[in-house]
Amino acid sequence: MNKAPKPFPKKIVVRFIIEMVIYAMLVSVYLGLVFHFLVVWLKDLSMQRPAVYAFVSIILMILQAVALEKLTTILVNLDRRRQG
Amino acid sequence: MFFPISGVTLDPIALILIGFVIGVLGGFFGVGGSFLTAPALFALGMPMNFVVGTDLAHIVGKSIVAAKTHRVLGNIDLKLAAIMVIGTIAGAETGVQTIESLKKHANLDLVVGMVSIVVFTGISIFCVWESWITLRAKRQQNIAGDAPATTKQDSTAVDAFAKKVQQIKIPPIVGLPHSGIRAISFWAILFVSFVGGIFSGFLGGGAGYIRMPSMVYLLGIPTHIAVGTDLFEIIISASYGTIRHAMNGNVDILIALVMQTGAALGARIGANLTQFFTGPRIRLAFAPLPLLGAIVIAQRLLTGHHL
Repeated sequence: MNKAPKPFPKKIVVRFIIEMVIYAMLVSVYLGLVFHFLVVWLKDLSMQRPAVYAFVSIILMILQAVALEKLTTILVNLDRRRQG
Repeated sequence: MFFPISGVTLDPIALILIGFVIGVLGGFFGVGGSFLTAPALFALGMPMNFVVGTDLAHIVGKSIVAAKTHRVLGNIDLKLAAIMVIGTIAGAETGVQTIESLKKHANLDLVVGMVSIVVFTGISIFCVWESWITLRAKRQQNIAGDAPATTKQDSTAVDAFAKKVQQIKIPPIVGLPHSGIRAISFWAILFVSFVGGIFSGFLGGGAGYIRMPSMVYLLGIPTHIAVGTDLFEIIISASYGTIRHAMNGNVDILIALVMQTGAALGARIGANLTQFFTGPRIRLAFAPLPLLGAIVIAQRLLTGHHL
């Protein structure tokens, strides 16, 4: 809990760029799928059943947040494993 | 890219970049960042009625990612967060209802706006003064050969005031062992979160720039735990706000999902960055944020735009 402040490692910048490129590719594919399959359904839902739309919206946001958190964790762990 | 729910065409790269910047700030300072997101989305061409609701939806996602990282770092006091959620939601509802009813009788926007500008500017000046004094004292301690400061060992120049608040013995008294507080009145925590909620109800955002410093200076919560706990609490209060706004047709979830892909990355970086800074340094860096909030309100008063 009470560790001394860590020095900022320089390697972190290079690792960050690699992680970001992989992340950007995966997220682009994911957003492409979301827009292909969900746009019409969400639009109709927001117009016709706003209460259902509200709950679907929050569930979608939570699921995406959990998935992206897992994705970034996996990317960081893969990178650490590669570094040995 | 065309977003059919709100009927606007927005650049997705700009949305992701806004999300990223707000994510870093949110993860590092424990704020929602509405005071920056709202003007940015408005400037991109988003209708005002969609700005607040969509921003809240994106705050939920960003706060989940940042809070998860803070939880791993041991920066979340769940008991404190649970109490604060009650106060924040009650305060936000009270704020919205009171302001709606008072608007009919007086020039409330001007009065509350001016008060908010004074309060926010005061918080900024106070944060700079306090963290500067604390950092100077720590530097002198180090010169004197005392043990060097650690990231989570936290003290402020106004610790005595927080101690006085902790001595208020209005039952029920609760202990917050994770925050290093043996006993504090439940009502003191509720009051701080309630006031934050009122500001949130009036200004539309999460009001983290009121709540985070209040937790540190009034309740005596260490800065790292205040940041993490505030984020955890924002998940619940912003979810509530998102559902309310979505039911009124004011949320474009597709825009929020696009923004959140940038925000997730930023929030993780911001939350991890807290490891490299001591409490007073985080508070010193935090100081400009309430000032930005004050500028946004001043702009809103001068132009009549509801930002």
